[in-house]
Amino acid sequence: MHPAKSIILFTSLSGLGFGLLAFLCLGVPPVTDWIAFVFFAVAFAAAGGGLIASTFHLGHPERALKAFTQWRTSWLSREGWLAVATLAVTGLYAALVIFTGTRIFILGALGSLLCVATTFATSMIYAQLKTVPRWNHWTTSVLFVGLSLAGGALLSGSVRAAILLLLTCGVLQFYAWKTGDSRLAESGSNMASATGLGDIGTVTAFEPPHTGGNYLTDEMVFVVARKHALKLRSIALVLTFLAPALLLLLPFTHLFAAIAVASHVLGLFTLRWLFFAEAEHVVGLYYGRR
Amino acid sequence: MIKQPVLNTSPKVSDEIRRTTCYMCACRCGINVHMKTGADGKQQVAYIEGNRDHPVNKGVLCAKGSAGIMQVTAPSRLRAPMKRVGPRGSGKFEEISWDEALDIATQWLAPIRAENPEKLAFFTGRDQSQSFTSYWAQGFGTPNYAAHGGFCSVNMAAAGIYTMGGAFWEFGQPDWDHTKLFILFGVAEDHDSNPIKIGLGKLKERGAKVIGVNPIRTGYNAVADEWVGITPGTDGLFILSLIHELLRAGKVDLNYLTRYTNAPVLVNSDPKSPDYGLFLRDEEGRELVVDRATGKPVPNDTKGIQPDLHGTYRHAGVTHKPVFHLIAERYLDPQYSPDAVAGRTGITANRIRRIAAEIARVAFEEEITLNRPWTDFRGQKHATMTGRPVSFHAMRGISAHSNGFQTCRALHVLQILIGSVEVPGGFRFKPPYPKPATAHPKPHCKVQPGQPLDGPHLGFVHGPQDLALKEDGSPARIDKAFTWENPMSAHGMMHMVISNAHAGDPYKIDTLFMYMANMAWNSSMNTKHVMDMLTDKDESGDYRIPRIIYSDAYSSEMVAYADLILPDTTYLERHDCISLLDRPICEADGAADAIRWPVIEPDRNVRGFQSVLCELGARLNLPGFVNEDGSQKYADYADYITNHQRRPGVGPLSGWRMTDKGLSNTGRGEPNEGQIDSYIANGGFWIKHVPEAASYYKPWNSDYQDWAVETGLFDKPTPYLFQLYVEPMRRFQLAAEGHGLRQPPDHLREQIKATLDPLPIWYPPFLDGHADPAEYPVQALTQRPMAMYHSWGSQNAWLRQIHGANPLYVPTKIWQANGFVEGDWARVSSPNGEITVPVVHMAALNENTVWTWNAIGKRKGAWALDRDAPEATRGFLLNHLIDELLPARGDGMRWSNSDPVTGQAAWFDLRVKIEKVKAPAEAQPVIAPQNSPVPPAPHDVKRKVTT
Amino acid sequence: MTELPTQTDRKLGLVIDLDTCVGCHACVIACKGWNTENYGAPLADADAYGAQPVGSFLNRVHSYEIQPPDNAPAQLIHFPKSCLHCEDAPCVTVCPTGASYKRVEDGIVLVNESDCIGCGLCAWACPYGAREMDPSEKVMKKCTLCVDRIYNENLPEEDREPACVRTCPAGARHFGDFADPDSNVSTLVAERGGIELMPEQGTKPVNRYLPPRPKDVEIDVLGPLLTPVAQEPRGFLGWLDKALERL
Ligand SMILES: Nc1nc2c(c(=O)[nH]1)N[C@H]1C(S)=C(S)[C@@H](COP(=O)(O)OP(=O)(O)OC[C@H]3O[C@@H](n4cnc5c(=O)[nH]c(N)nc54)[C@H](O)[C@@H]3O)O[C@H]1N2
Ligand SMILES: Nc1nc2c(c(=O)[nH]1)N[C@H]1C(S)=C(S)[C@@H](COP(=O)(O)OP(=O)(O)OC[C@H]3O[C@@H](n4cnc5c(=O)[nH]c(N)nc54)[C@H](O)[C@@H]3O)O[C@H]1N2
Ligand code: SF4
Ligand code: SF4
Ligand code: SF4
Ligand code: SF4
Ligand code: SF4
Ligand SMILES: [Mo]
Repeated sequence: MHPAKSIILFTSLSGLGFGLLAFLCLGVPPVTDWIAFVFFAVAFAAAGGGLIASTFHLGHPERALKAFTQWRTSWLSREGWLAVATLAVTGLYAALVIFTGTRIFILGALGSLLCVATTFATSMIYAQLKTVPRWNHWTTSVLFVGLSLAGGALLSGSVRAAILLLLTCGVLQFYAWKTGDSRLAESGSNMASATGLGDIGTVTAFEPPHTGGNYLTDEMVFVVARKHALKLRSIALVLTFLAPALLLLLPFTHLFAAIAVASHVLGLFTLRWLFFAEAEHVVGLYYGRR
Repeated sequence: MIKQPVLNTSPKVSDEIRRTTCYMCACRCGINVHMKTGADGKQQVAYIEGNRDHPVNKGVLCAKGSAGIMQVTAPSRLRAPMKRVGPRGSGKFEEISWDEALDIATQWLAPIRAENPEKLAFFTGRDQSQSFTSYWAQGFGTPNYAAHGGFCSVNMAAAGIYTMGGAFWEFGQPDWDHTKLFILFGVAEDHDSNPIKIGLGKLKERGAKVIGVNPIRTGYNAVADEWVGITPGTDGLFILSLIHELLRAGKVDLNYLTRYTNAPVLVNSDPKSPDYGLFLRDEEGRELVVDRATGKPVPNDTKGIQPDLHGTYRHAGVTHKPVFHLIAERYLDPQYSPDAVAGRTGITANRIRRIAAEIARVAFEEEITLNRPWTDFRGQKHATMTGRPVSFHAMRGISAHSNGFQTCRALHVLQILIGSVEVPGGFRFKPPYPKPATAHPKPHCKVQPGQPLDGPHLGFVHGPQDLALKEDGSPARIDKAFTWENPMSAHGMMHMVISNAHAGDPYKIDTLFMYMANMAWNSSMNTKHVMDMLTDKDESGDYRIPRIIYSDAYSSEMVAYADLILPDTTYLERHDCISLLDRPICEADGAADAIRWPVIEPDRNVRGFQSVLCELGARLNLPGFVNEDGSQKYADYADYITNHQRRPGVGPLSGWRMTDKGLSNTGRGEPNEGQIDSYIANGGFWIKHVPEAASYYKPWNSDYQDWAVETGLFDKPTPYLFQLYVEPMRRFQLAAEGHGLRQPPDHLREQIKATLDPLPIWYPPFLDGHADPAEYPVQALTQRPMAMYHSWGSQNAWLRQIHGANPLYVPTKIWQANGFVEGDWARVSSPNGEITVPVVHMAALNENTVWTWNAIGKRKGAWALDRDAPEATRGFLLNHLIDELLPARGDGMRWSNSDPVTGQAAWFDLRVKIEKVKAPAEAQPVIAPQNSPVPPAPHDVKRKVTT
Repeated sequence: MTELPTQTDRKLGLVIDLDTCVGCHACVIACKGWNTENYGAPLADADAYGAQPVGSFLNRVHSYEIQPPDNAPAQLIHFPKSCLHCEDAPCVTVCPTGASYKRVEDGIVLVNESDCIGCGLCAWACPYGAREMDPSEKVMKKCTLCVDRIYNENLPEEDREPACVRTCPAGARHFGDFADPDSNVSTLVAERGGIELMPEQGTKPVNRYLPPRPKDVEIDVLGPLLTPVAQEPRGFLGWLDKALERL
């Protein structure tokens, strides 16, 4: 899949933002006043910014409201509702915390839950797609939620939780890659099933329908060289998980914390780039590419 | 409950449908042009679909046809007449008025006509008004006129006409409704584009078998049930081997051969006789056969005889043998046995035997009988029409080789031997064919200052006396057509014009006038060299070809090389006439012709080229173009179409002519002012159906012959016999052997003796004897893409997305030997040059053949494309590797790269070598850009007619 | 309306005959022409005369090579592909706006362009590459099964079929109702073993492909070959004599 900047930004930032919100709403860290304001501001900026980024990717952002209508079937629609609900609930919670110093636990807990649910909904936009076997797997959702929470833990300074979540996610990510690499092959979709011509012999693509690119090839047939991908995977693993975890294991300094966050965010962008770039859409089969 | 949007499923489709004729290619399908009123209140083209009533396409339309709307709105359309202001080739022009343009043309041409009309060479491309343009050229008086047939497919046309009075394509078609075995030789697309597809669809529906003989398996050959991936240039051998097998098994139609062919005609078989190889004739010139009943020689058309097919007959001390006897002797020879030809053709001996057996089985065990009584020209009545349902179609794959004429002949002889021409299930002619070579004119070339030529330029020669030679024996025509180098060049040799004019050989010309042919690019061999010749100057600094006038509708590569441009309209903006005098649109069951008419008005200062010729003809005072008072005779082409009469009662259009009984559909009658309107009302065409009793056996069917006379195709019935043995060819051989007054120069004697054999032969493609097959082991071919027409398609926003660049397709063996991987490039060299191009692997390909799509590569700056368009950066022409002359061989001669019989350009004889190289930035060679004479194209296209 | 109807009254769709398709692209351009002028926004082309032209097309013709086992000659198959109007259309259910829907009366899957936000998710959900975002209008385009032709009372009865079917010169495309077991399309599918593309995706496509008939089957068959009447010319002429007697 084409790794579009807007979507990488959207999924990374909104994940981080909702992760942080989830912690803040549980009172972690137990900040108040302007410090709370800064924390919440960061969280809302990330979550909201991510959501706004996602509209850059729309052909008709002015019609975005229509996206709320199909929550019964569409994960994208559900995500929209959940994001709004989350922002409303957590916003209320934040306002109460910042301006009145009151913490309504139930409201906070609901907010946290909604954060997780929103990220889950986001993940399901991808995980539901049978057409992208690499995504069509439980690890996609678990990783989206896990990464969101890990990021939240990291940003909220919950060191132990962060280390635990980061390392778990790292292992999970490794597992997702390992198993993901063969998932297209295992999905049962191949040139033979795509064309129905497999009974005759080995099918290869000859001429593409048009000599130039088209929306489908631009959008869905993005090919990263294996060597390249392997390097990026290692970098991403180190930046997202290992480096921050290590830094957190060291005696706490603000500098280390800042580096840990920066490393994680950078790593997250790389991860997401790979998430899209490495995802093979079955339509690539029609073009003899994956 | 699911709510759905309310949808208008009956939107208005258009305000009006205007029915005319497609010209996105030369197939000439009928189209319904849907018109809508645009924002400017004018009618605009909204959508184009096929006309269901039309005889050619019956409603279907190809990709090009449906993309017409992008052609008539293309940014590459020329806008006004232009004169050159920069050096030739640069593309720098100034727009001028029509008056100025016609003044210039008149100033150039009038003196030529007055002094020496041969100094004008007027050649037209794939236009459809040759009966008109040749009439103009004849009036001018130059012998130098032809259309593009010489580089296209004259081998096919001439071989067919000399052998059986018609060939494939416009001349005839398989009996799609009845045939049971269809064999296709060397066709990727052909002119009969939609009809072939419709026909193949019918065969598929019936489950009839299709065999494709082609080194490349795409398109029609991909749907064929069996693919014969033959070695290029060896079809003749394969066919003669099939003949060998069929003869051996006695699987020939003797009844058919004795009745309808010259198989029984006696041939002088005495090598010492001056008439050796000629037919035995009586005093009246009638060909003689031996009657089995009496053993006596009698004229072939004597009623009630039983002609003998073998034996020897001595007459005046000379031995004579029937043609069929010679055929048996020749083709039963073991040199034609499947075992002998298998290696060369790349087809196993068993497979050749099996295909021969299959042909025989279908022909002789699955014959079809239709209950249609008919009467033959000898007066004999037949209760039924019986046919052998094996049919063939062939095109440039066999004709565009230097042995193409003989190969095409071989195929026709095979068709005739099994009795499958003009019979149910076989091959059928389309009116005005069948028409034997003898019913065509002979070439004319007598030039007189200020006078018209003595007759039509092109035609069919019947011996040395008919050649277009001057009194001193030198060629009368600039293209050297109808000379000893290629005596039977029935369509002229457009591909030789520029190089001959450049060399001043056989003489110098003054003005080269061309129409609708991209000679500075895809229709020339050795494109780069041709560009040099067009811009080359002599010692005094003048261009060697002093003046070039060109008519094009678009900003093609050729435009850059003209001094004066006469911009044409597009096909929806003008009148055209697809005439029975020319290249009509008939089907086997009917004579048909058609028109184009302006369904939209041009929005530029352009004029239909034929209308321009009407005016230029008048300015030059050409006979036929001025009234007695010297005024212009035809206001425009529409006027000419309506009022011109070629013979009394016969004009360009056959429909709705005027007779004393009112409007008539016989095909004959007086001009009628309302004729074009009648055509428009009828969908742009006219058709007259062949009566059922005349539907088959046309050359010998008296009902057909009478119908043809009534329709104006002939002035009297013209039945004839198929010429298995083509006697005119033998006359040229005799001259080469030293007989007669007109004899070839010595250096051509051997070639003529060897190649003008009156019975089909096979010889290796000429290039094989000039380019070392060990050094250049690979054959290189081009194919027509179905969705592109030569160079025109690239300016079409829709079509160019389908074929925006062309790789070289390489078979597995060569792919592996070179260690190619996806994305690689290769240098491809021939003795003539080299190109560097992208390669792509293809498995369904003859193992020694590489190929590419034809005419996709473009010169930068042409066709209103951006300079970095893929057509100009990755697209390429194979033409750089092909030369009109063969490489020197040490005999001091540069032999022409064409068929020695007809002069047909041997595009497909090309031999190359191929090596992997680092990918360059662009396909090589890179030709310097030309200036675009039209404004830059818009970035986006989203066309919808909205009010 | 992204819920799929549990059942549609009719199941309209196409049968494409891979044994007959010559790969001419006529259907591609007829489709482009009709749908540019009709349903929704025109099918635009960006960089139309430039280095990287990208236009929206609702139907494209691929081609594939097939290497049969045992070194039989490779085959080439032309393969037109447009929306298959799936019964279980994932492109519909993912759509957040309801712009994508499947019609209850005939099963045609459509995009209501005025509701489309151009998110592209439906194109991701389609396994077949049947949806393309218009480069200019930025709404999702897809095959409409020519819904504005097949019922169009402004067209003569015989023209009420998709533009691609009407134009196909080889007659390789057939349009009809798969819900009716006696329809032309159902009969063809039954007789020729019509295939479903990527059945494992669970989309239940309506369109079917007729597989190419076996090719090159007789190459190595040895008989029945012709029996010679004679081995030499002389013998042949003897046979000829007798044969002429019989005429
Ligand atoms: N390598 C290779 N080369 C080949 C061949 C091959 O097989 N292989 N085939 C050869 C054959 S058979 C042929 S016929 C030639 C074809 O080659 P050309 O005859 O050069 O064909 P086109 O590219 O169609 O160019 C004709 C010109 O007509 C112009 N034109 C189009 N419409 C109109 C119009 O309405 N009016 C006017 N006045 N002009 C118009 C076009 O803009 C173009 O410049 O190519 C030959 N070249
Ligand atoms: N769409 C479209 N239609 C066209 C044209 C076009 O440009 N585009 N051009 C028109 C013109 S001007 C012409 S002349 C006709 C030509 O129509 P075709 O004769 O179909 O022309 P080509 O595409 O040159 O195809 C030649 C075929 O012969 C095969 N071939 C080459 N050498 C051999 C051989 O030695 N033996 C055999 N058996 N096969 C061989 C090639 O593989 C190729 O398939 O098409 C006309 N129709
Ligand atoms: S074959 Fe195509 S381009 Fe040629 S005349 Fe017919 S519709 Fe037009
Ligand atoms: S129009 Fe028909 S033959 Fe041509 S590509 Fe389309 S389906 Fe195939
Ligand atoms: S083919 Fe694709 S776009 Fe069409 S209905 Fe099926 S999933 Fe949807
Ligand atoms: S692109 Fe349009 S039709 Fe497709 S899912 Fe998004 S809103 Fe729906
Ligand atoms: S049915 Fe209509 S919209 Fe669909 S591919 Fe055919 S022409 Fe295009
Ligand atoms: Mo041609």
